Amino acid sequence: MTLSVDILRTVGGFSLDVVFEAPPGVTAVLGRSGAGKSTLVAAVAGLARPDDGRITLGPDTLYERSRRIDLPARKRRIGVVFQDSRLFPHLSVKSNLMFGRRRHGAAEPDFDEVVDTLGVAPLLGRRPRSLSGGERQRVAIGRALLSGPRALLFDEPLAALDSERKAEIMPFLERVVAQTALPVLYVTHALEEARRLADRLVVLEDGKISAQGAVEAAIASAGLVSAGDRFLDGVVVEAVIDEIDERYQLSGFALGRHRLWAPGVLGEVGGTARLRLLARDVALSLDPPPRCSVRNVLPGVVRKIARSDGPYATVLVDVGGAVLKSEITRRSADELGLAPGRVVYALIKGVAVARG
Amino acid sequence: MEPEDLVAIRLSLLVASVATLASLPFAVLVALALARGKFWGKTLLDGLVHLPLVMPPVVTGYLLLIGFGRRGPIGQALEACCGLVFSFRWTGAALAAAVMGFPLMVRAIRLSLEAVDRRLEDAASTLGAGRLGVFFAVTLPLAVPGLLAGIVLAFAKALGEFGATITFVSNIPGETRTLPAAIYTLTQTPGGDDAALRLVLVSIALSLAALIASEILARRLAGRIDG
Repeated sequence: MTLSVDILRTVGGFSLDVVFEAPPGVTAVLGRSGAGKSTLVAAVAGLARPDDGRITLGPDTLYERSRRIDLPARKRRIGVVFQDSRLFPHLSVKSNLMFGRRRHGAAEPDFDEVVDTLGVAPLLGRRPRSLSGGERQRVAIGRALLSGPRALLFDEPLAALDSERKAEIMPFLERVVAQTALPVLYVTHALEEARRLADRLVVLEDGKISAQGAVEAAIASAGLVSAGDRFLDGVVVEAVIDEIDERYQLSGFALGRHRLWAPGVLGEVGGTARLRLLARDVALSLDPPPRCSVRNVLPGVVRKIARSDGPYATVLVDVGGAVLKSEITRRSADELGLAPGRVVYALIKGVAVARG
Repeated sequence: MEPEDLVAIRLSLLVASVATLASLPFAVLVALALARGKFWGKTLLDGLVHLPLVMPPVVTGYLLLIGFGRRGPIGQALEACCGLVFSFRWTGAALAAAVMGFPLMVRAIRLSLEAVDRRLEDAASTLGAGRLGVFFAVTLPLAVPGLLAGIVLAFAKALGEFGATITFVSNIPGETRTLPAAIYTLTQTPGGDDAALRLVLVSIALSLAALIASEILARRLAGRIDG
């Protein structure tokens, strides 16, 4: 089952115009406030009607302007987890969980199993008012799961929580999305959440999609569009360990034809790990540096370069097997004469390579 | 206390209770229409509902007499179809009390309906609840404090209703002589002052009891919703 969205909606001077698909697995929609996330959520959930387009879920059409189809929210069977949880204050936690289930009469998923997965068993008799923010969100997730949905829609479920609460919920979220076979649309403004949960990423900017695809690729390609943005912090690569240096406590990863050294024994030979390479830790050189402490010197080709108005420039370097992002000063970029197609060496200190 | 006093008290309680309970469903519907509806004539409906609040009660009573009396068009129709007679009966007193209390009840319910968080209703619909389901499972329970306030206000108003009642259904002992009418009658009777004072105290006690009861109920409900 795939959730397929193709909508246009204009509200005031703002217009949302997006086309994307969410296959089974997690598709994150990343955007800042005002990018059109809420409008998108409302349209998919059936709480606001787009002006034009088509939304389908598997074989069913939820909305199609030209055929005058607009299924009301109650018939879409999309489990929505809202940012503000929206638990019913006059009902107990248990009644909240059963709210959608009673209406659909679905036997799946099993009540006890969901309660167990989310760790809400001790809360069943309580009222939403007496729950912490994190507990509320867990109940809200359970309520959506138990309504027998055919897709899940998360609308910034962690945005209202402090970092401690976020850390508390994250494992539950990971468990839920790992266990479900449904398409999951996870809308957020936080890159970290998208990275941890998503298989695919749709980057939303000013109502338009600026990049989509596999998570890291989409981040890298969106990065250049809005250089200087706070979520442009680098790239994460998944690589296979092909050598362990026991004596110096280093792990060597195969990255294309190159080897990337990271500190620590990060696994066994043949295993994989996610590595984070921050843009500010990647230096560029036109020649390979002689006698240098930098462990990782990767030859590559400049793919794109974005000079900001300020002091920075962001450069994407294709090192074969991965695209690295480097943040350098605009002056360096100019003095080195960097331009797409130019061969450069990406320099990454071994100690700067961290697990992603 | 004299037997006729007790009759008046019992009648007053009956009239006020029937008036309040019978008008409640209508008040909820009208409040819902005013709070949520978008239709032509909404302002007119709002004005009509509030008229008894600003018109002299005698005028309301007179209009009821014309409309719901034995020879009034609505009165005749109701008698023909359901055997319901208002004129000079306690049912007429209840109707007058209901009409007079209606604006207060609608107002309280409307305010609480407007205060209900629409986002909760949205959430309910994503969980598969239809319009009626959302209303009865979410909207109405959340509006209960306002409902209660409306009921108490209307009940208290019904207990004290005098002008419209006496105009519409007169002042018949045991049938339409409610507490206020009984007090009025006693004050017009030589030597009736003491008896009138007794009933005045009863009247004050009843009103206070209604207010206190509603306060206790409201607190309990608030505790249930919030805690």
